[in-house]
Amino acid sequence: MPDSRLTQLAELNGAGGAGNGGASSGNGHGGNGPFDGGLIPQRTYVTGMMVALGAIAMFFVALASASIVRKGLAADWQPFELPRILWLNTLLLVASSVTLAHARRRFLAQQFEEFRHWWRVTAILGVFFLVGQVIAWWRLASSGVFLSTSPDSSFFYVFTVAHGLHLLGGTAGLLAVVRSSPGPMLRKTATEVVALYWHCMTALWLGVFLFLVATK
Amino acid sequence: MSSPARDVHATSEAPNSFVRRYIFSSDHKVVGLQYFFLALTAVTIGILLSLLMRFHLVWPAAHLPFVAGGIMEPEQYLALVTMHGTLMVFFVLTVAPQSAFGNYFLPIQIGAPDMAFPKLNMLSFWLTFTAFLCMIAAFCVRGGAPISGWTAYPPLTGLGEITGPGEGPGQTLWIVSILIFCFASLLGSVNFIATVIDMRAPGMTMMRMPLTVWAWLVTAILTLLAFSVLLAGGILLLLDRSAGTSFFLPAGLVVNGELQSRSGGSPLLWQHLFWFFGHPEVYIAILPGMGAISHILANFSRKPVFGYRVMAATLCAIGFLGFLIWGHHMFVSGMNPYSGLAFSLLTLSIGVPSAVKTFNWLGTLWGGKIQFHSPMLFAIGFVSFFVTGGLSGIFLAQPALDATLHATYYVVGHFHLVMGVASIFGIFAATYYWFPKMFGRMMNETLAKLHFWLTFAGAYCIFMPMHFVGIAGGIRRYADWTGANYLAALQPLHRFMTVAAFITAAAQIIFFCNLFRSLAKGARAPANPWNATTLEWITTSPPPFDNFGGRYPRVYRGPYEYSVPGASQDFLPQNLSAEEIARDKDSQDAG
Amino acid sequence: MRLSRLSFTDAFERIKFHRRLADDRGSAVPSVLLAVLLAALVAVTVYIFAARIYGPPAAITSLGLRIDRQYDLTLYVTGVAFILAQLGLGYAILRFRDRGQRAHFTRGSTIAEVLWTSVTIVAFVGLGIAGSKAWAEMRFTPASRDSVQVEVTTTQFVYTFRYPGADGKFGRLDASLVNAPAGNPLGLDPNDALGRDDVVVPILTVPVNRPVELLLRSQDVIHNFFVRELRLQQDAVPGMVIPIHFTADRIGRYEIVCTQLCGLGHYKMHSFMDVVSESDYEQFLKRQAALQ
Repeated sequence: MPDSRLTQLAELNGAGGAGNGGASSGNGHGGNGPFDGGLIPQRTYVTGMMVALGAIAMFFVALASASIVRKGLAADWQPFELPRILWLNTLLLVASSVTLAHARRRFLAQQFEEFRHWWRVTAILGVFFLVGQVIAWWRLASSGVFLSTSPDSSFFYVFTVAHGLHLLGGTAGLLAVVRSSPGPMLRKTATEVVALYWHCMTALWLGVFLFLVATK
Repeated sequence: MSSPARDVHATSEAPNSFVRRYIFSSDHKVVGLQYFFLALTAVTIGILLSLLMRFHLVWPAAHLPFVAGGIMEPEQYLALVTMHGTLMVFFVLTVAPQSAFGNYFLPIQIGAPDMAFPKLNMLSFWLTFTAFLCMIAAFCVRGGAPISGWTAYPPLTGLGEITGPGEGPGQTLWIVSILIFCFASLLGSVNFIATVIDMRAPGMTMMRMPLTVWAWLVTAILTLLAFSVLLAGGILLLLDRSAGTSFFLPAGLVVNGELQSRSGGSPLLWQHLFWFFGHPEVYIAILPGMGAISHILANFSRKPVFGYRVMAATLCAIGFLGFLIWGHHMFVSGMNPYSGLAFSLLTLSIGVPSAVKTFNWLGTLWGGKIQFHSPMLFAIGFVSFFVTGGLSGIFLAQPALDATLHATYYVVGHFHLVMGVASIFGIFAATYYWFPKMFGRMMNETLAKLHFWLTFAGAYCIFMPMHFVGIAGGIRRYADWTGANYLAALQPLHRFMTVAAFITAAAQIIFFCNLFRSLAKGARAPANPWNATTLEWITTSPPPFDNFGGRYPRVYRGPYEYSVPGASQDFLPQNLSAEEIARDKDSQDAG
Repeated sequence: MRLSRLSFTDAFERIKFHRRLADDRGSAVPSVLLAVLLAALVAVTVYIFAARIYGPPAAITSLGLRIDRQYDLTLYVTGVAFILAQLGLGYAILRFRDRGQRAHFTRGSTIAEVLWTSVTIVAFVGLGIAGSKAWAEMRFTPASRDSVQVEVTTTQFVYTFRYPGADGKFGRLDASLVNAPAGNPLGLDPNDALGRDDVVVPILTVPVNRPVELLLRSQDVIHNFFVRELRLQQDAVPGMVIPIHFTADRIGRYEIVCTQLCGLGHYKMHSFMDVVSESDYEQFLKRQAALQ
């Protein structure tokens, strides 16, 4: 019964197309709103993620412009050496995006075992990146560069911590997808949304890193 | 009649448990009502604070209730200023028009069963509620609520208690509350935008959306871009306060005789970040009101909105220009005078779409068949206030004139009229208009009209004289008129405004009585009491759990088809197909 | 009833309801009362502005007079718009109230839109361009070289004014030396010879008819310098030195107030500006030099 209803609503909302009518949050009506049961058209999750990425971009643009203005004003801008490990971290994150793209391709080819494998590799690379960032902070702290040491260091920590938190969320998303209940249809949207987010976080890191290097 | 939508009968039922149904509910209607009552609570507190302020300005030596020690200290006065502004701007003017009415009516008006992300919606509300508690808690901590105004300019706010009482834990709570509020608003705006993009009923093209939906969409986009900037700025300010950074704090500060060990930050940087949020925030407060007013004026003039496309375009234009004019708050801040000139011209040009909207509202009324029900009265009141407050802004938009009027009561009068009273009239109009739909009962019309007359006359009596005080040089945020010699001469005007404020506030008791009495005892509302055309009126009052009882509408026409020549009645609901109209006409002719 | 797909109960409720509304609708009271209120609003507002019951004291600079003219121009333009819009609103609600007529169906008019868009662009942007001259005179041009320079330092909640003294140069300031109780509120460096003849006073004295340049700075939070008669406000921002300039043409004592919220004493932060004759100004400088 629920299935016919879903299809009808999907059709109604113009979200037709095979394989798009699956429930998004498990079977049955887990929630307590009228349409928690999964009657929301699937592409809405992608739309929502894109809009949210817009807000995230705006947040970082605000920080970047603050940093530019602040630097323009300050006589006390004391640049410090960026920890070398950041280059390695960058490499890890770019690699994670590559493995993620590969995993998505496996998924679309319905090779679910391989998909799981590459998806996990991506998550592990993400964790490595985060550990690498922590090492970078620890290196800086042990060489006496703290949050409040200079405007340069303040912005460094704000940027990297903000990005790190976003990536932490992305890693949680990756893990949630591989752990979620079976059913390939269910995961199509989930993989799409998480992959979109992850690629954007990689791009964001490249932007942040470039900005930090360029404003030295 | 056999579109798939109408054959879908089985839908999920509302949860039975009270908590899941009314408290932690993800039903957009319940969330909307929760926001509505949150805004009512906040506005009540906000009005009480403003009455204390008005009273103190006129009778500073009198003993007051709610004031520790009885006689108000200057820092207590400033705490009232701060909290009145913050509660009103964030928890009333942002919450009521967008989060409350938007949540309730946006999905219904586009023919959707719910918001795109119901659980996210619930989360937004509960985060907003947490922010509210956090804000109120600022009253209760050591030093009391912050004294820095709702703009929280550092260095006053960046250094802690040394700059004044209330700048300790109170200011910290204030910032934390604002950060939570920002996050909640961002989640809410993601939901709004995704809903409008993806959840529209078949046939509901963008150009068939009610102007309310347009307004909520543009507002959500503004929220998305503005609150993310405030979030960033707020985090930096919090770090300045608690982690010893100096984003906004320059070197060589000597506060209270103590040299501060900060370096090289810029107080103006905060002002730029704040007003990049703060100015769009003004439009976040007013745009939904504009949408509702267009909707209501058309309904009770029995005419289509004059220039629907222009109305949608001007909403977008105001939203876009709203991001380019934040600098007009900073003409005398020490900003580059050349940017001042640019901001001035851009600010004046945002007057153009605003004026065009006003002309279109008049055009909607013109030649109509105007019915003066209470929502219509408030809508007309909105137009009047918007015109008055908007025109007084033309002075402030010119930096040369702003150099005299800045930070005087003129500014207070201006923004209260255009952003405060006009928006509140939008909220009142929306409340009287949609109350039958939300609660299934009518409000008492006599009380509603009485409420209108007193509030309309009262609001002008409070805020027009503020302009006069400002022209004469009366400075805002002064706890007392004894500080500068020439201020004593302005006291008679202040007395007049205070009396007007008390009368107007008393008139709001009529509103609350009417509201709560009607909730319990109002006459049963029919589904479409106002003979309106949009989709919220084709379902029952109040709407069922899934909004349309499983019969999802298909949309055949624009939102404001009133008095269409040749039609058998003076309104054509959006879900009516051409055949149905023809059949109806035949049956009418036959009968 | 089929039109809006309502059940029978709904239909019944609706008939009852509309009968009640119709009674309500027949009355002309709301439209007349609202139109009268709008007319009264226009009458009172126009009277108060036209009779100039409230306003600032006369300006004491030529720039101030120019600003007043711009204010008047803006008042006329917005006044006309205000009167037309409010009375137009009043007229519309009187004229088109529901008397059982059919509304005139129209979706809008491109000509009207183009017309009122262009009129408002010309009016508003024109005002902005007209007003920009006064702004340019106030801020774009630097003070003339022969200006009397005075440094204004703001702290919670006092103004302190410093004159460079006979040498015409300000001495060095050091924030770590600030000690108001010990008589050094500005942190003057005693080792700097340039600072020895600096004059530090709590009230501003300037000569009439001579250009004056004020250098605004702040020690703690943001304050403001506002003299109504100068038509001039400027924030004093810590970390910045902001110059403003004017030429006062009338002798007298004028009040300086702070307009930027600076803490609990904000309302009582004020001082005076004495505009004095050239000879009185020389006397003032001599007297102060002897005191320092």
